[in-house]
Amino acid sequence: MSILVDKSTRLLVQGITGREGSFHTEQMIAYGTHVVAGVTPGKGGQWFRANSKRVPVFDTVKKAAEATGANTSIIFVPARFAVDAVYEAADAGLPLIVCLTEHIAVQDMISVRAYLDTKNTRLVGPNCPGLLTPGEAKVGIIPGYIATPGNVGLVSRSGTLTYEVMDSLTRRGIGQSTCVGIGGDPINGTSFIDVLELFEEDPQTEQVILIGEIGGNAEEQAAAYIAQQMTKRVTAFIAGQTAPPGRRMGHAGAIVEGKSGTAEGKIAALRTAGVQVAEHPDQIVDMIA
Amino acid sequence: MNLHEYQAKRLFAEHGVPIPEGDVASTPAEAREIARELGGKVVVKAQVLTGGRGKAGGIKLANSPDEAEEKAAKILGMSIKGFTVRKVLVDEQAPGIEREVYLAVLIDRAKRLPMIMASAAGGIDIEEVAEATPEKIFKVHVNPALGVRYYQTTYLAAEMDLPRELWRDFHKVVAGLYACFKANDASLTEINPLVITSENRLLALDGKMSVDDNALYRQSRLAEMRDVDEETPAEREARQSGISFIQLDGNIGCMVNGAGLAMTTMDVIKLFGGEPANFLDIGGGARADQVATALRLILSDPKVEAVLVNIFGGITRGDEVAMGIIEALSQLDTNVPMVVRLAGTNAAEGREILKEANMETATTLSEAAQKAVAAAGARN
Repeated sequence: MSILVDKSTRLLVQGITGREGSFHTEQMIAYGTHVVAGVTPGKGGQWFRANSKRVPVFDTVKKAAEATGANTSIIFVPARFAVDAVYEAADAGLPLIVCLTEHIAVQDMISVRAYLDTKNTRLVGPNCPGLLTPGEAKVGIIPGYIATPGNVGLVSRSGTLTYEVMDSLTRRGIGQSTCVGIGGDPINGTSFIDVLELFEEDPQTEQVILIGEIGGNAEEQAAAYIAQQMTKRVTAFIAGQTAPPGRRMGHAGAIVEGKSGTAEGKIAALRTAGVQVAEHPDQIVDMIA
Repeated sequence: MNLHEYQAKRLFAEHGVPIPEGDVASTPAEAREIARELGGKVVVKAQVLTGGRGKAGGIKLANSPDEAEEKAAKILGMSIKGFTVRKVLVDEQAPGIEREVYLAVLIDRAKRLPMIMASAAGGIDIEEVAEATPEKIFKVHVNPALGVRYYQTTYLAAEMDLPRELWRDFHKVVAGLYACFKANDASLTEINPLVITSENRLLALDGKMSVDDNALYRQSRLAEMRDVDEETPAEREARQSGISFIQLDGNIGCMVNGAGLAMTTMDVIKLFGGEPANFLDIGGGARADQVATALRLILSDPKVEAVLVNIFGGITRGDEVAMGIIEALSQLDTNVPMVVRLAGTNAAEGREILKEANMETATTLSEAAQKAVAAAGARN
């Protein structure tokens, strides 16, 4: 077991013929992910070739899903068109959409969320590295070689910081059940709590690492959930302890506004909830080993 | 992107929010002329993108054009929290202020909806109100499909005990502020204070507005309002090169890929007793020339006594980063020590390229940070 993606994932790639889409489709196929279809409007009928595999390209998600039985979509579409791509995948009835695109306007995300609430679709992202279940499926851009199968669930708001932690886990021989990047935007599809719930229910996952950062109060809400609902051990790290207030630290969501969203507040909330909080990423592995 | 008060208030006014008559001046003579047109009794307000202007002496009343010129001369050129005042807003004085309230539209991340926040305790820092008397703050959420409804503004007006004869006008102000928020892809529109004048009218005396950078592609008018004087030249160059760069006060420059890892690198430097000189994210898949630009920007800060390069390659390739470092060093005359930690994609190739450059390397982030802190310390 694992969460969200595994060997039964039948992946559809929106934007498969683009620069990022084609490169990462090859990488995902090389990892063993079942990529069953691609969508690029205007290029329906073509084939996407990667190594020895051929993936059919369709004009619309609906057509692609009907023809191939795709059950998950990944979006590699530029920001201006990504919102439309999310609506299209949700409208086609796909249960899981993973959107990697960065720089989607926040008011667009408000509308997307309101629409998704009327559908049985889960969105992961945007502005995220996607997710990876070691040995089963890679849906996104997390480098495959830093993952190893095991029992630690990982959920993170950051991309490369996730790689850093996965890599140190793997080098110490500690495997992962599933690694999920939920993205660094102020409004996203899947929250920490959504993923914690899934890890709590997943028999393979024995303990969880949560990687947060400054801005918003998602970590505080996660802390409240952990205190009330979680039986599995959680270890956390919060990035941005030295970030100055009022400045956006790269991610649209990473900003200390007034007195809210500080690392101190998040660390205190997590510790109160019984979560062990590491001072630096290398320490996480010592804490869970 | 944050807008100046005069820009924010003009945008509010386009959506029917009443604002004082006024105009913006860059010289004392211009301030005098505006004051003359407004009849003499004005307030001269520094236009800088930071709070606390009043306490810093950046807001002054003037009762004649002469006085407005004199006050503007004092305020222009002043430094407020490191920002130089280049413009002043000259507004007519409000006839008499009966009450001050707070009103804002912002995004509630947890509810994933726009939210209207109002408080009868206006004119002071809302953070202080939220801390000392949270019960004085009232909130309603806006469903974007429905917009601001009358019952919602009635609730806010009644809770704040606004005079009943102003409830209709108050609804217009709230609906206007929300319309402005929506039309301009704002992440914040704020009036503090919204006053009730002695003539029993509502008036937005101050205005603050932040626009979502990710929406500027469809808000070209707002993109042109960016005040480039508020960025350091290095920050401006970084923005134009697609590098995320924020200058800080420390002495250890950092170059990292990814925002979360960049923040973490700063934190770890601090943990081992150093002070980061900047936040810098070269982004995903940076090429050698971007790496070279990043290094040049870091070294343009004379406070920098050591540089820590921390790259965990996913899309970004270690050899590209190494070539960028070599390229930058071939153009720069620097003796600032550097510690490089390369991991991930093509890290081995990258380390090979850097071998000849005789550079300190590290395998973990903690080790890299300790070496950088030691290198910076050794120079003192």
